Amino acid sequence: MAAATQTLTAADAFTITLIIRRFLPDVDDEARWESFDVSVYSTDRILDALHKIKWEQDGTLSFRRSCAHGICGSDAMRINGRNRLACKTLIKDLDITQPIYVEAIKGLPLEKDLIVDMEPFFEAFRAVKPFLIANSTPEAGKERTQSVAQRAIFDDTTKCILCAACTTSCPVFWTDGQYFGPAAIVNAHRFIFDSRDDAADVRLDILNDKEGVWRCRTTFNCTEACPRGIEVTKAIAEVKQAVLRGKR
Amino acid sequence: MSVAPAPRSAKKKSARPGGTLYRGNTGMWSWVLHRITGVAIFFFLLVHILDTALIRVSPEAYNAVIGTYKNPIMGLGEVGLVGAIIFHALNGLRIILIDFWGKGVKYQRLMFWIVVGVWVVLMAGFVPRHLINVFSEVGN
Repeated sequence: MAAATQTLTAADAFTITLIIRRFLPDVDDEARWESFDVSVYSTDRILDALHKIKWEQDGTLSFRRSCAHGICGSDAMRINGRNRLACKTLIKDLDITQPIYVEAIKGLPLEKDLIVDMEPFFEAFRAVKPFLIANSTPEAGKERTQSVAQRAIFDDTTKCILCAACTTSCPVFWTDGQYFGPAAIVNAHRFIFDSRDDAADVRLDILNDKEGVWRCRTTFNCTEACPRGIEVTKAIAEVKQAVLRGKR
Repeated sequence: MSVAPAPRSAKKKSARPGGTLYRGNTGMWSWVLHRITGVAIFFFLLVHILDTALIRVSPEAYNAVIGTYKNPIMGLGEVGLVGAIIFHALNGLRIILIDFWGKGVKYQRLMFWIVVGVWVVLMAGFVPRHLINVFSEVGN
């Protein structure tokens, strides 16, 4: 087994070219493209390639990453023109005969290299009150009960990791920074359709705004960008329907 | 260990100053087409209302302006106009279904290709007939 693994890894190492959109605010007036050749295995991810560049070639390369396993949502970036998590994008799934373009997610202020200012994104997230608001108190020693069917209604939107891949793939968000964006609506959906929550009306009122759900143009970029496979556009459509009906 | 980083490429820098084009799928491109055809139809309607309003100025002025439309360039423009209106109408129905039909979101990509298919069929019926009319009048 060990010998097999060794021959596999030794045979599989190859060189790929990453073209990264760099921006060092102390040096650069505007972003520029920089090319790096890096030796990788087909089982490596884009994040591994970025690590190799940072550790072995250019220590100034800056990007966010925390868990590196698709849970924390830190390393969303635009890879070959599509929003992806660097830690979930395998080299073998990309066309390595061409250079791989890596750049920061679009629509949020660029701070350095692949790092953007996430504050406008989290501001929209906070605005939809993404926490349980319950007017009732469960019986002493009991919890709020919920049936399997009631839970299933909002199961999809509980998966969000707030990586901003969906919001920054949205053409409406690029041109209109005031739009709440898909991620905020997904997190509103998670509580609007929760049978234990009593503030659906409040959230529907917030999203029935000029910059709310009605800005969605159903381009489906968000659904395709989501690294958790959430059907974002479907969730937004359900919130639209709930606004029209005036209740969940 | 891999080779040293390649020198910064001035060509690539100038090629994509604002970053790469976002590679969205059918949903994004149908939206882009819907916008372009929508704006184009708006400007057609603006001109159309203005030239139709000339009938109130004088029938001669109206005839003179409409007469200038009878040339092959406007004839080709009409092909574009009809193409834009058919796409905008069919894709508009698709968007209505996405918003109001429960399964619309699931079948949005299939519905896009149905829109394209119906558009091709309708244009195949319209374009040859129309161009025969346009170009048979050129000599007269």
